[in-house]
Amino acid sequence: MESAAIAEHIPRLRRYARALAGDSHRADDLVQDTLERALVKFHLWRHGSDLRAWMFSIMHNVFINQLKSRRELELDDATESSLESPPQSDPLQLRDLDAALRCLPAEQREVLLLVGLEQLSYAETSQALGVPIGTVMSRLSRGRERLRALMSGAHLPETNSVTNLKVVK
Amino acid sequence: MSNISETDLHAYADGQLNDARRVQVEAHLAHDTAATESVRAWREQNEALRALYNPVLNEPVPQRLLAARRARGRWPYYALAAGAMGMSFGMGWMAQSFRTDRFVEAAALPRRAAVAYAVYAPEVRHPVEVGADQQEHLVKWLSKRLGNELKVPVLTQQGFELVGGRLLPGGKGPVAQFMYQDAKGQRITLYVSLRDVEPRDTAFRFSQEDKVAVFYWIDGKLGYALSAEMDRESLLAVATVVYRQLNP
Repeated sequence: MESAAIAEHIPRLRRYARALAGDSHRADDLVQDTLERALVKFHLWRHGSDLRAWMFSIMHNVFINQLKSRRELELDDATESSLESPPQSDPLQLRDLDAALRCLPAEQREVLLLVGLEQLSYAETSQALGVPIGTVMSRLSRGRERLRALMSGAHLPETNSVTNLKVVK
Repeated sequence: MSNISETDLHAYADGQLNDARRVQVEAHLAHDTAATESVRAWREQNEALRALYNPVLNEPVPQRLLAARRARGRWPYYALAAGAMGMSFGMGWMAQSFRTDRFVEAAALPRRAAVAYAVYAPEVRHPVEVGADQQEHLVKWLSKRLGNELKVPVLTQQGFELVGGRLLPGGKGPVAQFMYQDAKGQRITLYVSLRDVEPRDTAFRFSQEDKVAVFYWIDGKLGYALSAEMDRESLLAVATVVYRQLNP
């Protein structure tokens, strides 16, 4: 039963993994590790809660561990320097979007994708990533602004420009 | 003017606001062109992400991923196949698969129960070690071995008579298996084991282990699993009765 329930989510896990990891082989490695862990930990899933959000939280843990083992984890925005801007063509060319996503810190990419691509609620995203909603919102805000800048071909400042959430009116 | 935060603008762009708040944000956007532009850009990002990655949904799932989610789910039947060649090999195989992760332990209850069902339910001459004619002795013996006072549910109203029971090796020591049978020869087993790990809850859970349906739950120190080759609804009716009798 559990394997059937989990199998239903494979296409969406693959979509998210592809956007997160970029390369399709690495993305499927991520999905495979996630499925294996999900089966082992299936008894920890609370029946009645959202299985998909739970699967995303497992994928998040697997993803972070993979990054750590490859030392690719961008711990904070201070490391966001020396990024190449994608080719300056029409804004939001799809082929550039994938390249621009690679230029985002992993933590911002995750939030942007869970909310924008997977359409999880902010609460589900917070649960999947194990961070408070406030952190989800600030990562979303920074990630979206950064993506916008990357896609418009602008050169990004190298400093950790803190754009805290603020009341606009 | 109500104060609209950037969070509200994101939630608006993502369709996560309730009606009342949405109306307020729309009123605000009517005279804030910068905010309107941000919302438009964020929505465009969302749409672009879906346009770029949605095709993945329609790709065939690679075989290795289907195998990954099946690897553990189907092992009882590998174990059974091994059993035909020699039970010791089968048990060794099981032991090895359990060593890989202690979390498997809790999920192991329905699987062990289903394997035990699949091994003994088809048995014609020796389905049980001690028959129902010696029920008092049977219950005393198994209670002693498990170190807990066991109760044997009466399922006569559901059409099932007790055949008897047997002692089995489990993950944490002895396990009791009680077998019932109806007039058509349909068999049900109640598998009672000492629980392996702290339970998260004692709710009913269901697991389909190939042809064997299993309802299982944890109650105090004991884990129970009711198994049969029958449909989920029919088994649930019996499982409910068993649960009520064990928890009056």
